[in-house]
Amino acid sequence: MIALGKKMLGEGPSELELLLPWHATGRLSAGDASRVEEALARDPALARQYAVIREEYAETIALNESLGAPSGRAMQRLFAAIDAEPERQPPVTAGLGARISDFFSSLSPRTLAWSATLGAIVLIAQAAVIGTVLMKNQSATFRTASLSMNEPVARQLGGAAPPRALVRFAPDARVADITALLDKYQASIIGNANGGMFRLQFGDQAMSKQDLTSLVNKLSSEKIVNLAVPAS
Amino acid sequence: MSAPQAASDEVLIARIAQGDRLAMQVLYGRHHVRVFRFGLRLVRDEQVAEDLISEVFLDVWRQAGKFEGRSAVSTWLLAITRFKALSALRRRKDLELEDEAAHAIEDTSDDPEVAATKKDTSEALRKCLGGLSAEHREIVDLVYYHEKSVEEVAEIVGIPENTVKTRLFYARKKLAELLRAAGVERGWP
Repeated sequence: MIALGKKMLGEGPSELELLLPWHATGRLSAGDASRVEEALARDPALARQYAVIREEYAETIALNESLGAPSGRAMQRLFAAIDAEPERQPPVTAGLGARISDFFSSLSPRTLAWSATLGAIVLIAQAAVIGTVLMKNQSATFRTASLSMNEPVARQLGGAAPPRALVRFAPDARVADITALLDKYQASIIGNANGGMFRLQFGDQAMSKQDLTSLVNKLSSEKIVNLAVPAS
Repeated sequence: MSAPQAASDEVLIARIAQGDRLAMQVLYGRHHVRVFRFGLRLVRDEQVAEDLISEVFLDVWRQAGKFEGRSAVSTWLLAITRFKALSALRRRKDLELEDEAAHAIEDTSDDPEVAATKKDTSEALRKCLGGLSAEHREIVDLVYYHEKSVEEVAEIVGIPENTVKTRLFYARKKLAELLRAAGVERGWP
């Protein structure tokens, strides 16, 4: 039987024939290795060539192993050269990240668990304090509107309320863009986002309905604003 | 309890990039012999090969921060070694001479013919491996000794993958010719 590479006179070696050395060293993909295995099983000439390759493989290793190793001088010279190199300044960000990472990795699991528990207790205590303060303020603010019927509501609220709008920002809006927009309109975000809508308050003066409509229209035309509607 | 794992070459390189001298020592310990042997087979001079490994690892110290991990660290080391070896050969201005000398290098061991008469195929084979051109020696070593894949050899030598395959094929054919001239017939080609 003729080896795959010699199937046609004058042709070069076949692809499988070229892959034989890598099959011997185990550096072929599973698919190629399987194709080569099949070819070796059905082609004795290819199998003979493969036996020759395995011999070359073994002798190349033996030859290289007989070359010995470098003397210790090479290492001494290397580290002398390294010592002569200017001191390396690691990048600040990488250094900071590495230091934080090193700090946490240096803590034992037990220490980390205690730290987390302590952190949780502090958070709960903080939430309790904030809650107490808010409850006090809340009772003072809302009682006037609902219960003090003798006084005008407008006075209880400290004059007309500043204009507000509900705004949905574009998904790709950056924090810097939003901050710039708030500055431009002298606006501030009040309350949490609800359904992706933010409640914005503009300045601290009341505004006519017409002015508010105009403001909201202008806001709607901003690149980073998807939706803006007047709100109470 | 699992045994602690040695840092991978990639981790060592990252530490070297931060100026970790110990990581450099570990990496050197792992690879310097193979780097030396690859360099020695190219330059054929032990002193030059020793100088080469210092230069190669000094480059690693300086360039570790630029290592992107696209290839294995050993592949990167061999590519640097090859570049340094060729530069050293160019400096000696004997690149052309080197190929001729490959066939005429003095050696106290038997020449291929004598080895063959002793029917020592192994020895003849090793002798003929030493008689290949630098280009062929290099590819034979990278595949058989350093066990590099087609893609890795292509990266180290800077040639297309198909050229890697055909170059090794013709290196093997040349080896067979040298052996046949030495009276060793192996049944291929």
